[in-house]
Amino acid sequence: MQFFNSDKMNVDFIGKRRLFMMISAIAILVGVASLMVRGGLNYGIDFAGGTMVQVRFAKAVESDDVRQALATIGMGEASIQQFEGDEAHEFLIRVEKSKSDLVGLSEEIRVVLDQEFAAENVDIRRVEMVGPKVGKDLRRQGMLAIVYAMIGILIYITLRFEFRFALGAIVALAHDVMITVGVFALLNKEFSLPIVAALLAIVGYSLNDTIVVYDRIRENMKGTGKSKFVNIVNTSINQTISRTVLTSLTTMLVLISLFFLGGGVIHDFAFAMIIGVMVGTYSSIFIASPVVISMQPKNK
Amino acid sequence: MIKSVKLRLAIVLASVFLALIYLFPTMGGTVPDWWGKIFPTEKIHLGLDLQGGIHLLMEVDVEKAMHASTDRMTDSVKRMLLEDKIKISEVTQVDTGTVKFVLEDANELERLQSFLEERVPAWRHMSSQGPIVIYSVSEKEQQRIERLALDQAVETMRNRIDQFGVAEPEIRVQANNRILVQLPGVKDTRRAIDLIGKTALLEFKLVNDQFDPAKISVAELGENLEILYEQTRDPETNAVISKRPYVLEKKSLMTGEYIANANVRFNSQFGEPYVSLEFNSQGSKLFDQITAASVKRRLAIILDNNVYSAPVIQERISGGQAQVSGRFTAKEAHDLAIVLRAGALPAPIRILEQRTVGPSLGRDSIRNGFISMVVGFLLVVVFMVIYYRLSGLVANLALVLNLLFIMSILALAQATLTLPGIAGIVLTIGMAVDANVLIFERIREELRFGKTPRAGLDSGYGKAFLTIMDANITTLIAAIVLYQYGTGPIKGFAVTLSLGIISSLYTAIFVTRLVFDMVSERRPLKKLSI
Repeated sequence: MQFFNSDKMNVDFIGKRRLFMMISAIAILVGVASLMVRGGLNYGIDFAGGTMVQVRFAKAVESDDVRQALATIGMGEASIQQFEGDEAHEFLIRVEKSKSDLVGLSEEIRVVLDQEFAAENVDIRRVEMVGPKVGKDLRRQGMLAIVYAMIGILIYITLRFEFRFALGAIVALAHDVMITVGVFALLNKEFSLPIVAALLAIVGYSLNDTIVVYDRIRENMKGTGKSKFVNIVNTSINQTISRTVLTSLTTMLVLISLFFLGGGVIHDFAFAMIIGVMVGTYSSIFIASPVVISMQPKNK
Repeated sequence: MIKSVKLRLAIVLASVFLALIYLFPTMGGTVPDWWGKIFPTEKIHLGLDLQGGIHLLMEVDVEKAMHASTDRMTDSVKRMLLEDKIKISEVTQVDTGTVKFVLEDANELERLQSFLEERVPAWRHMSSQGPIVIYSVSEKEQQRIERLALDQAVETMRNRIDQFGVAEPEIRVQANNRILVQLPGVKDTRRAIDLIGKTALLEFKLVNDQFDPAKISVAELGENLEILYEQTRDPETNAVISKRPYVLEKKSLMTGEYIANANVRFNSQFGEPYVSLEFNSQGSKLFDQITAASVKRRLAIILDNNVYSAPVIQERISGGQAQVSGRFTAKEAHDLAIVLRAGALPAPIRILEQRTVGPSLGRDSIRNGFISMVVGFLLVVVFMVIYYRLSGLVANLALVLNLLFIMSILALAQATLTLPGIAGIVLTIGMAVDANVLIFERIREELRFGKTPRAGLDSGYGKAFLTIMDANITTLIAAIVLYQYGTGPIKGFAVTLSLGIISSLYTAIFVTRLVFDMVSERRPLKKLSI
């Protein structure tokens, strides 16, 4: 079986590079715009601080009833989210109030739910409390991690290839991260620690694709020294596209499995990865190499 | 690359055998007795998010420890100055670590300076203006005291947790005076926090009965008296029900540091639990003196600024025993005895982060993780066979071995498997076939150029090798950074991702190549099923 025949394939990726750069620029702008409109990302308690309680009832319970119960202890403002599907008796209660005594908060929630829903057998499945100080630290660390990963990659590619290649790779990576974050801003999805992990995995993954193309460019440069650089790049992309798409496909298969079957915490992580792998595949074909061409001195 | 097929086969078989041995305890459940003498018995370590438990990040208020330490030092300096007859009208700690002296005679400045230089070398002279002299604890000494407080806090917590009985707790010092505690299998968060986080400073202070606590004014309290409360809490909600004030003499006569043992006893009349204390010999002597000097007065027993009881001293007590009673539940009395035995924390702590996962969620997570792994695996395996036929089957063998190696290295290195860690393994399934995709695509290309299957294999593997290396090393860089910066569960993701990358290099290149070589060694390849 074969999706692409790289002998006959000769798409002019480079010639249309301005079009693709426009598309990417628009996608990034949409993300930045939604970030501005929403006034920042919808940080989960990992980054914003607060308390989160995951409860499950043995019988069906309305989220309004849960809210009323919480209102009796002055927590009517809490965000209450009901799980979908067969986990329908399960709720996620989130209190953003960065009260100094967050420890007591989860305890109060437990007590009031126990009292109000004695008949429904409350099971407190998870309690998370993150103080505002730690939230700030985690936010900084997350940012730093992504920056350091990029620096490390920049150095490695510069050593193995050339600086302009490294620059192309970094532009592609920043592009992937920005668009993925933009999608989270656009959909107002919660941005938490696992999402940062997903971003780093996306960085690693997208780079993987980019390097494969770069490697082919380098190889072809040795073989056909006289061809124009632009043509070499275009040929290399055509030669590797079959592999790029295949690997994205197998990765997508496992991500879809994680997305549907992995459960609550993994669900959002898988979502971020799915977006990232799509964008990463796109960028290593349409962005990373064209950027290298743009870096090319005019006279060559 | 090693030429001999036999040698390579032996390496692969040996590694598979080793992996199976390391995985056996995790898979098989019970291992026979003789097994432990020869082979490892460690199972894969599950993270708190999978097995349930409590994760606490705490901050030790080292400034308080610093303040208390400087206070003690100031007191002894005061006494020494009296002996040396340097007349001082005031010695106070004005700010944490900064002490102000007021000389009665400004001309004695030099004597004071040389005295302090000799007796308290860790104090630095900051400034002097007339009779007012300011000293400050040196930076190095401050760091030493803070470090000591932190170490002591960890030691005390470890003691308490050990006595409480938690299997495999983890207690670690982190930057910024923080302590991370992980308690697998513990469910009752409130109890755990009470046990670990309670300062447990036990003090004995005399009650001043001349004043009515309800009417006393701030002026009457002055410097030597204070008001503390006896709080009664609802055992169910832990909310304070009533508060009873006491006027106490501020000076604490004795603290819990002299406790040799503490045990739960039950009141013979009502069966109410209380904690009985035994002092060490030094403490017994001290307690004897205190009680002898204050017969018929009330002695308040105070824990963390809460009055527990204030019995009248009927007669001098020389047996070195006392008791702390209050309205305890049996559990509370049990935990209180533990904290009193283990000793007080050197400074109060604050809970910065708390994560509790119940066992039911942990079980669900393992099930969900396992199901998504199996489904993801099947999807990829089926795809590979459809797309690459027999060669796809070879890649699938590599994939199975890859999973085996990841798991066994987890068991071998005693790394922790978390829910994101499982996601990392699932992700690896999708990404690990990449190396084989690269190789196979390259082989197809070579075959299209008209190469023979054998030559196609050789140049396919040869040309793809460097690409695979470059591509994987960069992913590894990202994973290592994630490991450095990630916390808890996220670290688990970095671990499995890195393991998956490294082991996929071995399985996807070395193992699959071996399979192809073994097949072509028997008889020359006419056609490659790829």
